[in-house]
Amino acid sequence: MRRWWRRRRHDHAADPLVCQEFVELVTDYLEGALPESERARFEAHVAECDGCAGYLEDMRRLLGSLHNTVEPPPDPGTREALLRAYRELRGGS
Amino acid sequence: MAEEHALVERLRAGDEAAFDDLVARHDGALRRVARTFVRTDAAADDVVQETWLAVVRGLNKFEERSSLRTWIFGILVKRAKTRATKDARSLPFSALEQDDGPAVDAAAFGADGRWASAPPRLEGDPETGLLSSELRTQLLSVVERLSADQRAVITLRDLVGMPATEVCELLELSDANQRVLLHRARARVRAALVPFVEVGS
Repeated sequence: MRRWWRRRRHDHAADPLVCQEFVELVTDYLEGALPESERARFEAHVAECDGCAGYLEDMRRLLGSLHNTVEPPPDPGTREALLRAYRELRGGS
Repeated sequence: MAEEHALVERLRAGDEAAFDDLVARHDGALRRVARTFVRTDAAADDVVQETWLAVVRGLNKFEERSSLRTWIFGILVKRAKTRATKDARSLPFSALEQDDGPAVDAAAFGADGRWASAPPRLEGDPETGLLSSELRTQLLSVVERLSADQRAVITLRDLVGMPATEVCELLELSDANQRVLLHRARARVRAALVPFVEVGS
């Protein structure tokens, strides 16, 4: 099968990225782990592809939301028991 | 770092409010991480309690070469692994089925590798820049359904907010492996949230 993005095969770094590759690079991109040339291809693609721009934005929202997730607090009994242990072990009052 | 040093000093000096605060801040995340290693909530509770006691006993030995948080999670992971082995319910990462699947199902793309149709969007909250509150309520249960290795990595990286280098050290993963697990985990979580959007809109 002829793939349009493979035509300019003489210079791989100049090949535009397609969406299916893009989604696999998102984590490396966000982690700052893409080599410079890949990063340029990634950014060139996201600038012209609404689907991938949306995907990347969703991923950022997802990460922000995970980071903002509030864990349920420990139950009062556990908290009290730990404080008691702390008091005894650290020999405070 | 100076702030953290002051906190460590207060903890060493027996400042109960500081300790209570520390417990409130990390207990839930510790439980969540412990649960990726052991099979039951009760075992996770045991491990977390042991961890806190070890923290209290070990404060004087903490050399502050890592962050306090990383030190605490390091103690937890070590104890959780020990407990998992003891219970013979160990789920060593390597023994788990490998998840080599793509981030997005191949059916979403055409033969040219481009989106066949615009991919579904996760609903956002314009005020916070985060996901909609409805989606956010699903997050923890979605993370819980991931495989143990993906779950441990995404929990430490994205929920707890620990840097990659520290997670690699804690879980004894190579940089590349850590990133692959994180990538799969994030993609799985996104995919699992999509149906909630479609139902809602």
